[in-house]
Amino acid sequence: MTTDETTDDIVEVPPVREARSTTGGARAVPSRLLRSQHIWAVAAIVGLLCINVVKDPGYLSITYSSNTGAFVGNLVDIARAAAPLIMIATGMCLVIATGGIDLSVGSMMAVAGAVAMEYLSSANAPSSIGAAAAAIGLAVGLCAVLGAVNGILISVVGLQPFITTLVMMLAGRGLAKVITGGQNTTAVNERYRWIANGYVLGLPVVFLASAAIAVAVAFVIRRSALGMMIESIGINAEASRLAGLNRRALLITVYVVSAFLAGIAGIFSTGTVMTVDVSQTGYQFELDAILAVVIGGTSLAGGRFSLAGAAIGALLIATLDKTVVFLGVPASATPAFKAAVIIVLYVAQSRRVRGWAAGLRRSRRKSVRQVVAT
Amino acid sequence: MRTTETLESTGPVEPTPPPGGSAAEPTGGHPPSINRYLARHRDATSTGAALLIFVAMVIYGQITYGAILQPSTISNLLINNAHLVILAVGLTFVILTGGIDLSVGAVIAFSSVAGMMLAQAGWNPYLVVLIMVLIGSAIGLVSGCLVEFFDMQPFIATLSMMFLARGLASTLSTVPERLDPDSPIKELAHQWKLIDGDKVNDLVVTPGVVIAAIVVTGGLLAVHRTRFGRTVYAVGGSEPSASLMGLPVRRTKILVYVISGTLAAIGGVVYTARLGSAQNITGIGWELDAIAAVVIGGTLLTGGSGSIVGSVIGAFVLGLMNVLITRDGGIRPEMTTIITGGILFVFVLLQRAIKGRRG
Repeated sequence: MTTDETTDDIVEVPPVREARSTTGGARAVPSRLLRSQHIWAVAAIVGLLCINVVKDPGYLSITYSSNTGAFVGNLVDIARAAAPLIMIATGMCLVIATGGIDLSVGSMMAVAGAVAMEYLSSANAPSSIGAAAAAIGLAVGLCAVLGAVNGILISVVGLQPFITTLVMMLAGRGLAKVITGGQNTTAVNERYRWIANGYVLGLPVVFLASAAIAVAVAFVIRRSALGMMIESIGINAEASRLAGLNRRALLITVYVVSAFLAGIAGIFSTGTVMTVDVSQTGYQFELDAILAVVIGGTSLAGGRFSLAGAAIGALLIATLDKTVVFLGVPASATPAFKAAVIIVLYVAQSRRVRGWAAGLRRSRRKSVRQVVAT
Repeated sequence: MRTTETLESTGPVEPTPPPGGSAAEPTGGHPPSINRYLARHRDATSTGAALLIFVAMVIYGQITYGAILQPSTISNLLINNAHLVILAVGLTFVILTGGIDLSVGAVIAFSSVAGMMLAQAGWNPYLVVLIMVLIGSAIGLVSGCLVEFFDMQPFIATLSMMFLARGLASTLSTVPERLDPDSPIKELAHQWKLIDGDKVNDLVVTPGVVIAAIVVTGGLLAVHRTRFGRTVYAVGGSEPSASLMGLPVRRTKILVYVISGTLAAIGGVVYTARLGSAQNITGIGWELDAIAAVVIGGTLLTGGSGSIVGSVIGAFVLGLMNVLITRDGGIRPEMTTIITGGILFVFVLLQRAIKGRRG
């Protein structure tokens, strides 16, 4: 990613490059670190954690509970809460990289939850692995099909991603309600519940699973030409077509992956309570996911993307959610804090502010040089 | 190119088709004149399609359920959708420039909760309404500045303003803030009987509806009769071209967000006056309704093409759909979002078909 950023700077922000070229080798590392986009998001996470530590010095402590064989602590809670968001943000990042957007992921979560809960409550198998696997398979499968519909409408029919996925968002939420008959279905299955509430090596299964899936996706995307193809579609779809890329297949794949990961996120978030709330499960999650992706330095215009950034963004949003609740602010006011974080991050990264900062540095250096010359 | 073509379609000289876009060329079996007509009046065609479907819905409703084309139903349609019409007009400006405003629903929540609390505190009601509207303008101004000065994408800028306004509304109050029944603000929902029918079958109009009509008229004048309106289309058609032509792109783009925020707040005033209360969860998802209305009306989300009239029709299509669903009674409530999505989908496909015809 750093190489991409450097080229980007060279093309777009001459002042910064100038500042860089005059910087000596020893100072290059911190300045490059400062201009990396992730550093701001990481700094924001650290800042939020610091606020919590000020409020309660024991906030960061993690204890090992030998009863359940698990680590207990606020950081573990944050990791658990971030899991569904990491899933969605990963898919969203790929969609956004193609220049699209997927507003339907929140509804996909509800669909996945509705299918799984309906299946489990009718299967009536409290601890069978088979039933849990079938429920997950059905739920994720249906989501993938809906994602394929999104992809086909966008790539073959040529509809705009915003409207297509908006339709799917409305229809998906409706579909979830139709599946459960408008009820909030509850089911019992220990295996399914374990995914959301269980622990492996003392860490929540959801977090490990989402991290593993995110790393796997990143590995496949970055180790093959897929990532570059996705970027190239996002930068110039027509040029990619002329270069021989199969735009349709790639777009469909990307939307299927996004819906698939949203389905997994739906399973994570319904598993905690073993209930699907058809109007609240995944509600407005698409907005959080888009924020996570944008915080991670991926432009909504498409092109260059960063899966690691999206995951960091997801962690930041989860941390923010927990912090706001921890500080005793009503949960309904959380959005205002999200807005503040986004605006600060964005303004700090904007070319205008970076230009000012570079200008400041340059003028300072110039004055030093003048002093030396005289 | 497309924009100028549309704008100057009244001129006597036929504009030569742009290179690459063989728009007016006859394709297939259609006579060239129809294709050329469609190409040059695409805005009108999309709006016409929306109008056609609206009329079809009215006829269908009248035949199936009856009692659609009667004064009381029409009055209710007008009164209940006045705020949506106002929102859609505001959003049309933003979408015509190629932007989007997700903050309108939250603007309504924040401005009306703040307004109600001020009114309860005994402030002058006229001042309260003014403050409510100014809150909307201020939020729009911030969105516009974030977009223009800090390179934020409109989606993210207005999303953050949506979060901010919603969060601020929630910090103010999380319970319904009621308006004093004697407050002059309630006068905005006063019902004037224009035609006194038998029983409750009257044609009723409220000041809210009048405000909506004024907003629509003002919007039409601004878009079609002012330099600002032409700049809006030009910016949406191609921002670099507009910039090279020396048009005030930056000012225009900030102004459309201010207009959208202001109109959202006015819509909030109308809605609050009708309901008599405001809450921090008022208007959740209304930005999507308004976007749907604009899209149904034939405005392209990429900007540069569309019309205010279309958005108004779009708002009424959504309103009429709710009426029909309520009338039917047999449609399960969980189906409503699917139907909304379906109608939106049909309209987008229709637009796509028309656009596809152009080549």
